[in-house]
Amino acid sequence: MSADIRNEKDNARVAARKYAGYSRRRPASRKKIKHAVGMTLATFIVLFLSLLFLTPIVLTITNSFMSQSEIASNYGAVFATTANGGRRFVSARVNLKYIPDMVSFSQYVSVLFKSPAYLLKYWNSIFLVVPITFFQLMVAALAGYGFSRYNGKIRGIIFFSYIILMLMPYQVTLVPNFLVSQKLGIINTFWAIWLPGVFSPFSVYLVTKYMKRIPPSLIEAAKMDGAGEWKVFTRVCFPLCKSILYATGILVFIDYWNMVEQPLILLSDEDKYPLSVYLSKINSGEVSLAFAVATVYMIPALLVFLYGEESLVEGISYQGGVKS
Amino acid sequence: MKGFPAKKQNNKKKYKERSRVKRQAKYGSIPFLVPSVIGACVFFFIPFLVVIRYSMLDNPLSGNFVGLENYRLLIENGAYRKAVHNTAMFSVYAVPLGVILSLLLAMLMDLKLPFRSGFRSFFLSPMMVPVASVVLIWQVLFDYNGAVNAFLSGFGAEKVDYLKSGKAIAVIVILFLWKNLGYNMILFLAALSSIPQDIIEVAILESASPLQIFFRIKLRYLAGTFVFVTIMTLINSFKIFREVYLLTTDYPYETIYMLQHYINNRFRNLDYQALSAAAILMSLVMIVIIAILFVAEGLAGKDLEG
Repeated sequence: MSADIRNEKDNARVAARKYAGYSRRRPASRKKIKHAVGMTLATFIVLFLSLLFLTPIVLTITNSFMSQSEIASNYGAVFATTANGGRRFVSARVNLKYIPDMVSFSQYVSVLFKSPAYLLKYWNSIFLVVPITFFQLMVAALAGYGFSRYNGKIRGIIFFSYIILMLMPYQVTLVPNFLVSQKLGIINTFWAIWLPGVFSPFSVYLVTKYMKRIPPSLIEAAKMDGAGEWKVFTRVCFPLCKSILYATGILVFIDYWNMVEQPLILLSDEDKYPLSVYLSKINSGEVSLAFAVATVYMIPALLVFLYGEESLVEGISYQGGVKS
Repeated sequence: MKGFPAKKQNNKKKYKERSRVKRQAKYGSIPFLVPSVIGACVFFFIPFLVVIRYSMLDNPLSGNFVGLENYRLLIENGAYRKAVHNTAMFSVYAVPLGVILSLLLAMLMDLKLPFRSGFRSFFLSPMMVPVASVVLIWQVLFDYNGAVNAFLSGFGAEKVDYLKSGKAIAVIVILFLWKNLGYNMILFLAALSSIPQDIIEVAILESASPLQIFFRIKLRYLAGTFVFVTIMTLINSFKIFREVYLLTTDYPYETIYMLQHYINNRFRNLDYQALSAAAILMSLVMIVIIAILFVAEGLAGKDLEG
């Protein structure tokens, strides 16, 4: 909605410049050539970098279609030692290859159909991460409203301690986490991961930052019309926060989707592990399967990303607290 | 503006009305905070107090109070010192690089390049790659027999086992940058596009050099985003440990033995008191860093209200 306004502004600006005689220079002035060269250079730099950034994701996907023997002949030099102890020379050096010689689905067949362990762990992942993401966002939306409505001393202190807490690496909160789970007797159940996840202050910070920028006049107007706090929240503030919640949700989802430490410490039953823990273990074993599992594992994140890239970008921009 | 004189006599009433509204906002919004605050207290803050207590006991079972003894032992511990040093070194490289490179990238993208949105997605794509396959690919790249060595030996360079040499920290910084530059870049892009163009145009008319425009105008407007990006980069610099741990296991090459390795290993030995003391010390450092960042934000963005 702001894009239209910006376009309009741009047009006006261009018109004004034309009027002032700016763009009516000689056709190929030196400055213009310089500018064109600069732009091409910049484009190439960015293109090069962005392709570098894209490489691992492409490699993961294309290599998942390679047969076991092809993987072995390409990466044998790296993994032969880790997999079987002794160095088994398959090829002297690594061959980074994007396109498989022969597209093979055998990896997928063995991941999806032959070993139910993967699917079970996949289900564990979904069952752990989706509730955390959803409820963390809900708690954060409520708290964000609470923090943004009034700016008192106590709230300031609470909010600051949230920020500190958010910055703590997992290794620091791990001890308190473990102690509480023990006390509550929820260790080795999904609750031990769900509950700390739901109350993690990360999204509270992001949502509050955004809610603080909702103009107070909007809320006051709603109040004039007789809306109570709850109604102001559900009808005015919550709908305004959709894109920030979406972007924050993606970050939270990806973060927990990749969790490794929490399950290792809080769950002792291996059947309860999410696929992320399991994935990190097959690395050293069956490399050929690892790419296929990784690809399957990436699908939810990719879907979310492709489906909502625009709102993700918009939401991230809001996280930065930019007024647009 | 309408009816200005008439409102004057209403001032007292209005004041009362306003304070009523304010009170309402204060108390009416407390219920919204309840779930989050209770949850955070139960799962983070109260246990944190317990951790503070643990850090002053000789061990949790016998529970003799020893004051700051654990802290003294910790600080004298060689492994801990090494871990602190390495973690600090990593942050010193990674955080400024992560912030500055992403700003440069955002400025390049801000030149109205073609296919901008395509590039944007490419730079964001590392967020989607599962940690495990990141580790896999980093192994393929930086192993002794890996792709980077294969590529460089084509130019006659000597092979290096990157993860087991002084270059290990560089490998991890690269991994960190690869993962986080895209996100930071989008934050900066948004901030750059929100700078009012009129001001820059005026500056150009007044024949300000591009450098002046950057330092005097743009940086001012970016101050808030700078602090935010720095905070997020700090958080992410701790999260990268997951990858580092999977790449290197419990006892990596000495320059990448991080604080998190230390804490993890203590946890395995159930050495709660050292663990607690380490956690508390780390929190104190974080508090100082955040406070500095916020003060800096206040100073830099002070004259830009609105």
